[in-house]
Amino acid sequence: TLGRTGRRFFQVSVALKQGQVTPTELCQRCLSLIKKTKFLNAYITVSEEVALKQAEEAEKRYKKGHSLGDLDGIPIAVKDNFSTSGIETTCASNMLKGYVPPYNATVVQKLLDQGALLMGKTNLDEFAMGSGSTDGIFGPVKNPWSYSKQYREKRKQNSHSENEDSNWLITGGSSGGSAAAVSAFTCFAALGSDTGGSTRNPAAHCGVVGLKPSYGLVSRHGLIPLVNSMDVPGILTRCVDDAATVLGILAGHDSKDSTTIQDPVRPFTLPSLTDVSKLCIGIPKEYLTPELSSEVHSLWSKAANLFESEGAKVIEVSLPHTSYSIVCYHVLCTSEVASNMARFDGLEYGHRCDSNVSTEAMYAATRREGFNDVVRGRILSGNFFLLKENYENYFVKAQKVRRLIANDFVNVFNSGVDVLLTPTTLSEAVPYTEFIKEDNRTRSAQDDIFTQAVNMAGLPAVSVPMALSTQGLPIGLQFIGRAFCDQQLLTVAKWFEKQVQFPVIQLQELMDDCSSVFENEKLASVSLK
Amino acid sequence: MAAPMLWWCCPGRRFAFARVGCGSWHRRGPPTGSTSTGKRGQSSVAQQPHITAQKPRKGDREWAAVVGLEIHAQIASNSKLFSGSQVHFAAPPNSLVSFFDASLPGTLPVLNRRCVEAAVMTGLALDCHINRKSLFDRKHYFYADLPAGYQITQQRLPIAVNGSLAYSVSVGRKPSQMVTRTVRVKQIQLEQDSGKSLHDDLRSQTLIDLNRAGIGLLEVVLEPDMSCGEEAATAVRELQLILQALGTSQANMAEGQLRVDANISVHRPGEPLGVRTEVKNLNSARFLAKAIDYEIQRQINELENGGEILNETRSFDYKLGCTVPMRDKEGKQDYRFMPEPNLPPLLLYDSGSLPSGADPQQVINIDRLRERLPELPRVTRERLVRQYGMLPEHSCALLNEVGLLEFFQNVIKETRAEPKKVTSWVLNTFLGFLKQQNLAVSESPVTPSALAELLDLLDRKAISSSAAKQVFEELWRNEGKTPAQIVAEKKLELLQDPEALEQLCRSTLEAHPHVVMDLKRGNPRAINKLIGLVRKATLGRADPTAIKEVLERQLSS
Repeated sequence: TLGRTGRRFFQVSVALKQGQVTPTELCQRCLSLIKKTKFLNAYITVSEEVALKQAEEAEKRYKKGHSLGDLDGIPIAVKDNFSTSGIETTCASNMLKGYVPPYNATVVQKLLDQGALLMGKTNLDEFAMGSGSTDGIFGPVKNPWSYSKQYREKRKQNSHSENEDSNWLITGGSSGGSAAAVSAFTCFAALGSDTGGSTRNPAAHCGVVGLKPSYGLVSRHGLIPLVNSMDVPGILTRCVDDAATVLGILAGHDSKDSTTIQDPVRPFTLPSLTDVSKLCIGIPKEYLTPELSSEVHSLWSKAANLFESEGAKVIEVSLPHTSYSIVCYHVLCTSEVASNMARFDGLEYGHRCDSNVSTEAMYAATRREGFNDVVRGRILSGNFFLLKENYENYFVKAQKVRRLIANDFVNVFNSGVDVLLTPTTLSEAVPYTEFIKEDNRTRSAQDDIFTQAVNMAGLPAVSVPMALSTQGLPIGLQFIGRAFCDQQLLTVAKWFEKQVQFPVIQLQELMDDCSSVFENEKLASVSLK
Repeated sequence: MAAPMLWWCCPGRRFAFARVGCGSWHRRGPPTGSTSTGKRGQSSVAQQPHITAQKPRKGDREWAAVVGLEIHAQIASNSKLFSGSQVHFAAPPNSLVSFFDASLPGTLPVLNRRCVEAAVMTGLALDCHINRKSLFDRKHYFYADLPAGYQITQQRLPIAVNGSLAYSVSVGRKPSQMVTRTVRVKQIQLEQDSGKSLHDDLRSQTLIDLNRAGIGLLEVVLEPDMSCGEEAATAVRELQLILQALGTSQANMAEGQLRVDANISVHRPGEPLGVRTEVKNLNSARFLAKAIDYEIQRQINELENGGEILNETRSFDYKLGCTVPMRDKEGKQDYRFMPEPNLPPLLLYDSGSLPSGADPQQVINIDRLRERLPELPRVTRERLVRQYGMLPEHSCALLNEVGLLEFFQNVIKETRAEPKKVTSWVLNTFLGFLKQQNLAVSESPVTPSALAELLDLLDRKAISSSAAKQVFEELWRNEGKTPAQIVAEKKLELLQDPEALEQLCRSTLEAHPHVVMDLKRGNPRAINKLIGLVRKATLGRADPTAIKEVLERQLSS
């Protein structure tokens, strides 16, 4: 078996360059896996023809020895809230079913310009509003770990004998499709979006790396917004180095997004850290909440001890306004949602109802039919908060609290802390049947608890899988860095990743069904265990 | 009509400055000096200038009217405020629409530098304070020609505030009795224009054209310092001239590049301001004045008949000449303003605050723009009066017609004729011909050089005034002839040979002994008859004064 490095772009890229494997072979193998794992519901649209055509182009380049870089010929997937020219972009909503954007999001374009193969558009909660990837019109995404050898064996030990299929686990969300796609080897990297934790949360549940870059580092142009002031394109990969490679490609000013940084961004190359003795790791005490599962808690402590034992300074720090974050987020998020969703009126694009009694009646019916309850609920709350009589009491106050939350981080980093270490989620992934016992709003509030303050402050953060729980499910921890110190953050994350040696998902049972995939030995040696 | 129309502001003006307070009304109180801090949406409590009845009818108490304006001027720029779409009037429907203009999800606004510069220049020209930091907000409402469901505007912190606009009105019967009034400029904000809805009642459908959607607008808010339609129209006219001089807007009302909403209320002097109405979408200076005056009178009538004024939006029906309530819109619209999260604060610099090493393409230096300001209309008029000794109303008239001043200056440059002569020819003859045929200065068949040459001929007495008129008419026909050619062909040059004139006079006297007799008997008008006869004999080519001189000399000898 291969170690983790065997799955890096770099390794694949070398294999491609050496002709061990061709982009078309790689593409076909991923397409085949996508078909075999269709039941995961990770993809809304599989862009098979596009991908094969891109593979053909990449193959020509490799044959001529002019590859475009590490990403040339590498299969990727994109969350279905990024605009893709000529490919349906639905946001998992009836409102945008059938909507084919005429342009590419900047991040998509940048990946394509590097020769990446677009395998398809991944599933999500409707308009990215959710933390389970359970609330889209195309149905929930199933966590590949539900079918892993590790999880199944533990379940047998724990003598669970119910129907396995009815007990599949959620991926977390809202970028659950992207996390599942990466986790199940159907692509090497996927784009998610992260507004309150939507990339890091499913990354933690699916045992992959989930990076939320600094706000302003990566263009949002073409990302269908949830909360403009917090949205960031997220990156999901199977290792930290790959995340850094993708970030290096995506980062930088975009003239189409005025909130991106003006300064030029240098390419990201992560050094292999050997000495952590100069590092100061902060452990925010407010993140030790009663809801935190004991298992996650103990892994968190273990991680802190790991840093300490290797010579890093590990200190407890305080982010005193953390507890206000969720309610503050609720006000700001719903307000921007109410505003951003106003454009969906059935006139220019998207769903339009049949009624044509009056323009107003058309708006009402279109929006009622087009949006699910979660979206409509958020629009309603948001409009309430923005009413003239409420604006000061809610929106303005929430903005002030947001500033306090951001200042908490500034203060901590100013005190000499380099990186914060926290849990990503309260616990490992739960079964779908369990998850839907609470409504979307409650779940979002619970699940975003460790991730969402970071979005308020615009900081970079990355979830790195650490270990499997006693149930055999992945648990990830989160590192939070200084604004625009994404490279430093990833360097620490890479060191940690190397120390913990998170196990590879064993999908043999699943893969047995698609044994053809493994017929070609050389492919297996390149990127699959 | 329930009450006599007491409002009448000089309908037949010749030049576009106003005479205010004509008819039964006069103005009282200071023109400015209010300390209003009135927020939008609230009535201002400042003491306002008011107009009162000179001869109140029995039982009448006087009324004061208060008028404030919101003016939307389309910015003259190649592309829209937040997108790269081009800006053209009358392009095929929906041919100038970017993905952003159509509000495709995921698109983001990118601020157009040219529009910011236009706003700063306009702010400077109106003596505004330019905010070094201004913000953008979203104003939400659902309307078919507003694709995003919100308009990006500057509600909280606009780019320019606290300015003033001076305009001249003539107060007496004579046009030269001009007074300068000042209206305070509350703010100038940058915002997006909406698209256009075309309602097809026959098929009961609405067609949307998004060419206009997203074009940059300057919203100029004028405080309620005006008190009648003519004042408002004159203030708007002055603003229009300023915008055109700056080049920040073409400000053509007929093409919708300048649109005006008026806030109007009436009250008894000394009492709080009345409830105001808003009359929307006034798109010609004439209708603007008419609509405001109508609305003031309507409110007075309403109140005198025991009614009340509703805080409502009305539109002006130019066919009926009255304002009517607009249905539905703005019952109690809550725009749910919110900061625009996709645009960072707009920061402006001056030479002192400019960050060192800043990319000039990325920053706007207010001082640089101030240096580039052209001469403003008020200064131009003062200069004309000073430089050419012309009457103030003539300087106004020269500026009021697009291109007329330039035409005038080109003529002045090329002719030896007196400026007064040039002014008179340009304003009377030339402008008269243009008006008669409804032409713009740029469409004139007579070039400045041709007019200059003609005036030179007149100046050196080569032709008479009446001959000059004839030449001008020929020039207007535009047959490619120069004034000199026309004069030669039509034999219009004055008789230059004194001997010939002597001879003609002598023969005329000899041929009309009874007129000479008449003159000698003491009829003073007889000399005119003789002059006329000589002129006829010269085919109009002799100067009457010269003829008179010769005749008198011959008669007395």
